[in-house]
Order: sequence, then C-alpha cells, then structure tokens
Amino acid sequence: MSKILVIAEHLNGKLNPSTARAVSAATAIKAETIDVLVLSDKVDAIAKEAAKIQGISRVFTVERAENAHPLASMLAPQIAKAAANYSHVFVPSTTFGKDVAPRAAALLGVAQISDVMSAEGSHTFKRPIYAGNAIITVEADPSQTVVATIRTASWPTAADNANSAPIEALDLDVALPTHTRFVELKQGKSDRPDLQSASRVVSGGRGVGSKENFEIIYKFADKIGAAVGASRAAVDAGYVPNELQVGQTGKIIAPELYIAIGISGAIQHLTGIKDAGTIVAINKDAEAPIFEVADIGLVGDLFKLIPELEQAIG
Amino acid sequence: MAKGIEMKILVGYKRVVDYNVRIQVKPDGTGVVTDGVKLSANPFDDIALEEALRLREKGVAEEVVVVGIGPADLTAHLRNGLAMGANRAIHVVTSDIVQPLTAARVLLKLIEKELPGLVIMGKQAIDDDANQTGQMLAALWDRPQATFASKIEIADGKVTVTREVDAGLEVLQADLPAVITTDLRLNEPRFIKLPDIMKAKSKPIDTIELASLSVDAHDQLKTTHYTAPGKRSKGVMVKDASELVSVLKQKGLL
Repeated sequence: MSKILVIAEHLNGKLNPSTARAVSAATAIKAETIDVLVLSDKVDAIAKEAAKIQGISRVFTVERAENAHPLASMLAPQIAKAAANYSHVFVPSTTFGKDVAPRAAALLGVAQISDVMSAEGSHTFKRPIYAGNAIITVEADPSQTVVATIRTASWPTAADNANSAPIEALDLDVALPTHTRFVELKQGKSDRPDLQSASRVVSGGRGVGSKENFEIIYKFADKIGAAVGASRAAVDAGYVPNELQVGQTGKIIAPELYIAIGISGAIQHLTGIKDAGTIVAINKDAEAPIFEVADIGLVGDLFKLIPELEQAIG
Repeated sequence: MAKGIEMKILVGYKRVVDYNVRIQVKPDGTGVVTDGVKLSANPFDDIALEEALRLREKGVAEEVVVVGIGPADLTAHLRNGLAMGANRAIHVVTSDIVQPLTAARVLLKLIEKELPGLVIMGKQAIDDDANQTGQMLAALWDRPQATFASKIEIADGKVTVTREVDAGLEVLQADLPAVITTDLRLNEPRFIKLPDIMKAKSKPIDTIELASLSVDAHDQLKTTHYTAPGKRSKGVMVKDASELVSVLKQKGLL
C-alpha cells in the first residue's frame, strides 16, 4: 500500500490552495496514509489549515529559521530525509514545486514525474508533453520513491473543512547549506481573487494596447468579482506584471469562467486555459485562433464592448 | 573567481522539435511524429546561451562552452551554438533519449572536468516539458540553484538572480559556482550571422561517448503510451454584449 507525503505550499503564513489539489491527486491512489509536511519558520497557522484538508492522516511540521522562504536548496534536503518513510512524495506543480521537487528527487537518486494529470494506478500516471499537444502514460519503478509534481488545474481542491488531523513536530536533523540567501519578494498588492484559484478570470492581451488601457480589464474584472490574467504578449509589452501571465510558461488555470479579451490565442496561451469550464473570447479579429476553442465568441472592439457588457450585467 | 576573468560558463544546449511544428501523435500511440519535422535549439537554451555570451562580453566570464547530449548528427546543432558565439562545444554522444536525471548525471561528470563558475540552462525543454535537469544538477553538485531567471547580476563571486515565481518576482543571492535556469524574459537571443557560421566551422567540438562516462543512465520511467489531448469543440458566436450576458446568466456563470 502506498504512503504519500504531500509537501505544503504556503506564503505569508497562509496555505496555498494548490496543496489541497495535490492531496486530491494523492486520494486518487488508494493510499494507506496521506500526510502533509509543512516546512516554515512559523508553522502553526499553516499546519492548522492543512489539518482540515479531507483525506489526510497527519500533518508534520518542521519549524526552522532557514525555512522562512521557499529556497529549494534548504527545503529539498529536508524533504528527501522525510521521504524515507513514504512510497510517494507529491508537490504542487507551481513555481514552488517545480523548483524544489526535482532537487529533492535527485537527492534521493530517483526520477521525477512532472505535471501529473491523472493517476491510473499507484505507479502509472498521465502527464502532458509538447505544451499539452500530446499526453503520455508514464510508469514509475515500484522499487523507487515516486516524486511527482501535480498539475493543479487537473485536480479539484480537496475539501478543507472536513478534518482535524493530528499535528506533530518532526525533527529531521538535516544540515543545511549557507550558499543561497533570500533577498526579497516583489509582490503586486491586490485585493482581487487569486489568479490560480479564482472561479472567474478575465484576461487581457496585446489587443488591450497599453498599460493605461489595461484599467478597463481590471475594472471589468472587479465588476464580476474575477481575478485578472494576461497573455504573454501583454506581459512582454509591460502592460502587467509577470505573475499575471496565463499559459504554458505562466500559470495553468481552470476557472469556471474564463474571459479572454484582445487575446489572439497562441497555442502557448491555450495550454494554460484548456481546463477552464467555459471560455469566452472577445476579439475584433473574427479569424483569431482563440475562437477555435472558445465556447462563446463575440467579435468586436473591446473598448466598445466592455462598457456595454458592464451595462448589460447591471 | 573574484576577478571573474577566469570564469567559464557551461550552457546546456538541447535540440528539440521546432516550436512552430504542430505536434501529431502517431495513430498507434507509440510516440509523436518526428520524421522530417524541423528541429531547432530549445528556445530556453538559446536564452541561456545568449545570457552566457552577454556575461562574457561584459568581462564577467572568459569562456562559454555549449553542451549537447544526443546522436552523431547533433554536431550541426552544436555548430549553431558556436555560430551564436560559444567558444567551444562538448558533444556527449548517445543514440538514446536521456531522461533528466541521466542528463544531470552526465553534466556533473563534465563539470568535474571543466570546473565552470556558472552553469546556465533553459528552465525546461519544450519537448518533454520536464523542467528538472537544472535543479537535479544543482542537487547532485551540491551547489545553489536559481530557477526561472529573468535577471542575472554577478559581482564578487556571488550571483544575484531575479526569479519569475507565481507570487511575483523573487530575488535571491547565491555563491558561485551555481546553476541558473532561464525564463522567457531574461533576454532576446541574437540572430546568427552568416560570417559567424563560417567562423564556427573552425571552433572545436569535443566528442565523448556517454557510455565512457560511467554514469547510471538507465531510465527509471517508462513511457508506455502516447495519446492526443482531448479537444475543446468549437462553440457558438453571439451577436452583441447583451446576448453574451444573457447566455452567461442562463448558464449560471454570472
């Protein structure tokens, strides 16, 4: 029977919803135990949140000053040590997980499976390659620890109010390097919903035209309580910061409603939204590739249509 | 290292199916169609090479070495890296497709011989999209890693890297040597000019058989099947804003 360790992702003392999605992937395998590991300099609040996730057995915590920031070179040796008691280690496939999981896998001398979309068994998984243009079935060696990152858009968030798993401090006794130092995190301040977990997302592309014009996207998103995203073209052009990028190299998201405004629909962008419930495209070019994947399309000038939409919503 | 002038930069330089090629899964599910399709440098590796060249041009590094792992005909690809400006190339020859852990082990062997001050690689290759090799190499080498770099500054034997992370931009500082993986906005790679292609012909390519490196190269992961992704079907067009809003309200989305 499988024993799965899920590594908690968190920021500013709060658990990231990606953790509960990784737990969903763990529950898809008939596991004997699913434990969550919280590595932080202040574990209490995060561990309490994690303990509520449905399906988990225990929360383990490692509180160390070195865990104040998610530096892979600090976290990976601890994860590798903790992995000794487990058959699987799952980490969300976010920039956090992509950074730390391969480092932990290499310390264990094992391969890593990236972006798990589904589990066909305890050691058989599906994952995308070629920007999602092909899906492969991968079999891992059952004699080795499985280290995998979980493609969050493919998995639901496990219920987070249905459990009170015990929380235990773990003493891993791992020497940590001093060669890497956190300097700062430049984070955009926003009261809007989080792009990665929002149920509605409004994204703007090159068609929006400028940083100033992007206000119309923010305003519309606020009107319907949506998170704001952007295409790579809009980020490259400096209209919005990088953390808003949706697509193959940005965030891969699965909102119930995705509204793409002034986005032509490059394949790399479509990779990031193909798990969305309903895709709406608004573009002045009726031939734009985004209309090939949109559930609902509207051709026209976004600067005329957005105020009309706001009015129609009331 | 403090002077920087002796620093060597190793660049991982992978050849992949060109990003413009529409990938087709073979009907029997044994792979994707690669016969006759255009192959190019992995775009993230071009960014890695460009950054290494800029560091050399700034006088921070002295030599840039591109490394490729692949079959005999990989030489032409490595020549492109030399034409772009690398001083020399190392070709690790194998007819097998190597998985990230094996690639990291191979690179570690080369590092032990070459002693670079910095390794720059693409954050992922656009074929397997694994996003692992740089991190694995840093682990095996027991050195710092800075993934998803959008800015790199080197001074006094230390590197300061701005990383594109989900929450925004993270800045970290690491001692050299270190492994950095590149994100899209780090730079815009230069185009290769014709005279440089001629010059590249006389630049050295060292050839090493992978089998001679005594690394554990066995595949721990087996790919058993390839399928095409499920397609979203084409939807409906609406005529104006009010129709769009009423459709969304009907679906309970607004």
